[in-house]
Amino acid sequence: MSFLIGENMTGGYGSVDILHSCTVGVERGEIAVVVGPNGAGKSTAMKAMFGMLALRGGRVIMKGEDITALKPQERVLRGMGFVPQTQNVFPSMTVEENLEMGAFIRRDDVAETMGQVFDLFPILKDKRHQPAGELSGGQRQQVAVGRALMTRPDVLMLDEPTAGVSPIVMDELFDRIIEIARTGIAILMVEQNAKQALAIADKGYVLVQGENRYTDTGEALLENPDVRRAFLGG
Amino acid sequence: MDILNALTVIGNFVLIPGLAYGSQLALGALGVTLVYSVLRFSNFAHGEMMSFGAMLSVLVTFWLQSAGIGLGLLPTALIALPVSILGTILLCLLIDRLVYRYYRQTRAPNVTYLIVSIGVMFTIGGLVRFIIGPSDRIFTDGSRFIIKARSFKEMTGLNEGLAIKMTQGVTLATAIVIVIAVFWFLNKTRTGKSMRAYSDNEDLALLSGINPERVVMITWVIAAALAAIAGTLYGLDKSFKPFTFLQLLLPIFAAAIVGGVGSPVGAIAGGFVIAFSELFITFAYKKVLTYLLPESLAPESLMQLLSTEYKIALSFIILVIVLLIRPTGLFSGKTL
Amino acid sequence: MMEQYRTPLMFAMMAALLAIVGIFQSWNVALTIVNLCLISSIMTLGVNIQWGYAGLVNFGMMGFTALGGLAAVLIAMPPVPEAWAAGGSGVMAGLVIIIATAIVSLLIWKQLKGRGAKRYWLTALSIVIGVVIMRLVADPSIAAIESVESARTGYLGGFGLPVTLSWIAGGFVAAGAAFVIGRISLGLRSDYLAIATLGISEIVIYVLKNEDWLARGVKNINGLPRPVPYEIELQASQWVVQLADMLGASVVDVSTITVKLSYAGLFTIVLLIFLWLSEVALRSPWGRMMRAIRDNEVAANAMGKHVTARHLQVFILGSAMVGVAGAMLTTLDGQFTPASYQPLRFTFLIWVMVIVGGSGNNFGSVLGGFIVWFFWIESEPLGLWFISTITAGLADGSALKTQLVENAAHMRLMTMGIILLVMLRFAPQGLLPEQKR
Repeated sequence: MSFLIGENMTGGYGSVDILHSCTVGVERGEIAVVVGPNGAGKSTAMKAMFGMLALRGGRVIMKGEDITALKPQERVLRGMGFVPQTQNVFPSMTVEENLEMGAFIRRDDVAETMGQVFDLFPILKDKRHQPAGELSGGQRQQVAVGRALMTRPDVLMLDEPTAGVSPIVMDELFDRIIEIARTGIAILMVEQNAKQALAIADKGYVLVQGENRYTDTGEALLENPDVRRAFLGG
Repeated sequence: MDILNALTVIGNFVLIPGLAYGSQLALGALGVTLVYSVLRFSNFAHGEMMSFGAMLSVLVTFWLQSAGIGLGLLPTALIALPVSILGTILLCLLIDRLVYRYYRQTRAPNVTYLIVSIGVMFTIGGLVRFIIGPSDRIFTDGSRFIIKARSFKEMTGLNEGLAIKMTQGVTLATAIVIVIAVFWFLNKTRTGKSMRAYSDNEDLALLSGINPERVVMITWVIAAALAAIAGTLYGLDKSFKPFTFLQLLLPIFAAAIVGGVGSPVGAIAGGFVIAFSELFITFAYKKVLTYLLPESLAPESLMQLLSTEYKIALSFIILVIVLLIRPTGLFSGKTL
Repeated sequence: MMEQYRTPLMFAMMAALLAIVGIFQSWNVALTIVNLCLISSIMTLGVNIQWGYAGLVNFGMMGFTALGGLAAVLIAMPPVPEAWAAGGSGVMAGLVIIIATAIVSLLIWKQLKGRGAKRYWLTALSIVIGVVIMRLVADPSIAAIESVESARTGYLGGFGLPVTLSWIAGGFVAAGAAFVIGRISLGLRSDYLAIATLGISEIVIYVLKNEDWLARGVKNINGLPRPVPYEIELQASQWVVQLADMLGASVVDVSTITVKLSYAGLFTIVLLIFLWLSEVALRSPWGRMMRAIRDNEVAANAMGKHVTARHLQVFILGSAMVGVAGAMLTTLDGQFTPASYQPLRFTFLIWVMVIVGGSGNNFGSVLGGFIVWFFWIESEPLGLWFISTITAGLADGSALKTQLVENAAHMRLMTMGIILLVMLRFAPQGLLPEQKR
């Protein structure tokens, strides 16, 4: 039984379906990566699993519970964390305040969790009193991920976390993501940088036009000649 | 060179009135800017909200005065203030529930809110005039001066006197207390931070579990309280006349925009910038220059940059200039 | 099917309401209302062109109305030769200097683009220098002009031309102001545009109130010439006396009604011209393009339609209409009173008319002008009647009753507000919605 799975998802934003019976899932402590060409429906699949669009067919199951009907805020309460691709911080608020807001639904003392986030992203500790909008792209992404971690989620979903950052920052971000997975959190990631993402993935999903085209371990996909030719530049 | 006398003239005619008027504008602008940053529209009804609050203060004060209750040296209206604040809050919450909520639910465009707030402006304005009538009401009592001009002259031996009216002192003290309270709320409390988060990034705030209707309600509560206080202080300082509050709307918008709409710090700064600009630019520098310059150079004419009649027009001029040149204002507020 | 009859039906109801007033109060009152309704309708048409066609929020109507009134004064009043002799040249020089300052400052502003702080300081400096020079040159002249028989004139006077010409002039003056105001402020977002136009209109009124040499400021200008006969002349004429005899009415009444009817006739002609022009514009390709821009500005921009230029056109046309109405209003009043231009009455009330009548529909604008003005005026007697009926139960001397009855007149403000809110919520398209084509 998968920890989190979106089974045979069919749906879209309006009357046109973007996803056609697409399945994406992830286990505890595992890193699952969704790649594919532009317009393949990668972000749409993730947003469907988060509840930001209604599914016409299929369902989403987390920890054995059918959560297809739940609103995003309710899924957050169930243990889901989501890092949007853009507008993912509160720019006028400090790093520390961003983390506080991330933990808004928690009523207990969040100091320990914040400490853990600072351990994971030491730079944020230095800049904790700086407004998030003044940070560099990579640091802002760290704030965004840290914000999502504040609810101590069981599964963390990231929508193209390395979009627009330099290769060095991307490597560092991926290192952190591996560390997060090691703590037992399930990681589901949509990525444009397919090669680097699949290199750290336990499971990879290649979507084309809203359908599953290839599903295998990250390693296997990287060596698959068809996949290499189509998406990884040979 | 008589610096002390020159400074006293400036203090008496520019500094003290500027601090009082600036505080009133700052409180008004703070309310407008909060509504703008959370509810995302320019509330044209804010002047009438201030009028309503002032009206409640006047009515309760009259009742207190007739019952022989007073505050000695301080104006009795301070006792009436909590009632006025409560009443204005209830009015605003009612109006939000009956009027604005519908447009939030239907995701109406920004312009619609603007025109709706005109309707609210008419309604509250009519209500106030209907209840209390359009004429001038003076409800200030207690001691008139904290320091009288004559006493100042006696104390310092200077030629010029410096007077501080009780209402000016009350205005400034109240404004300081309220501003500190609001800033503490916004920066140190969980609810206040959730308001700032909502204003910063609405989608992310919703995702974080922040309840939008609660944020909206708190915003109205604070804005209404600020309006009631600003209106009452203005009415104490000058007098209560429903008509004046429509006129105050533009200087208040000017203050909010100059400071940077959506920025609370900007609203406070903007209030004082407008107030002091009005006073400095229309001030007759003749006396001051007479004290500062040697006798041969003493000016004949009033030495005003712009005549006194242009005082209020000046805030409009500053507003228009800021809108055209730097709409984000001094503290780079939102341009939504 | 019903839709076809909606427009005529609404107007018929309006006519019936006016007839009721005529019968139960007096025909004089009814006709006064009609005249102001006609003028309001033209203003509403002007606003509708800006808002209904193009989605522009202009809160500066008060200023354009006043400028129209100013035109009426400048065209129709006789010149004051002594004032011209005393200070005419100084004032002209001052005007030239102000225009020169504006041009120079604008050039400096444009040339120094991107030079940061230097730009602000130099432009400010040039403005300050210009203002100082102007005051040095013009101040003595202004003082001289204002001291010429200040009780009766104290200003430069007008050109002494026929009054109806001033209506056209009102349009042009307003159009000119709209050009300047539009150029500088149409780039702003909707609520900033609203605030800016409100602020600018306040500045215009301020200048009119304080620059006595132009139009006597708050001393007002009385005795404006008019295009229709005076009541006194009529009362002396034969046919009026005979008519009064026939109808069994007083001579005074007949004369006043005749005057009002004459105005009504003239105003109706102007209204019909504007209505016809507006309808033609609405159905033309130009009108369709305006609506396309309104509905999707981003797309229109991408298609190469010069959005800002179109907005400016619309802004000028609508404001010109308001200017004409302003001139007509001043002529009707017979006097120019700058202090009477209040934003509530001249700006916001017109907006209520546009919304209630139906934005985007010209007939709606006319209807809105009639209905809202009608209720604005009639709220006072109606409100009084309403309150008196409700408080009939209370004792006559009770403080509450006196208070309520006294303030019943102010109910109209509240009534207008509630009408606007109700319309916006339940019938945002107005009484005569925009017709989809």
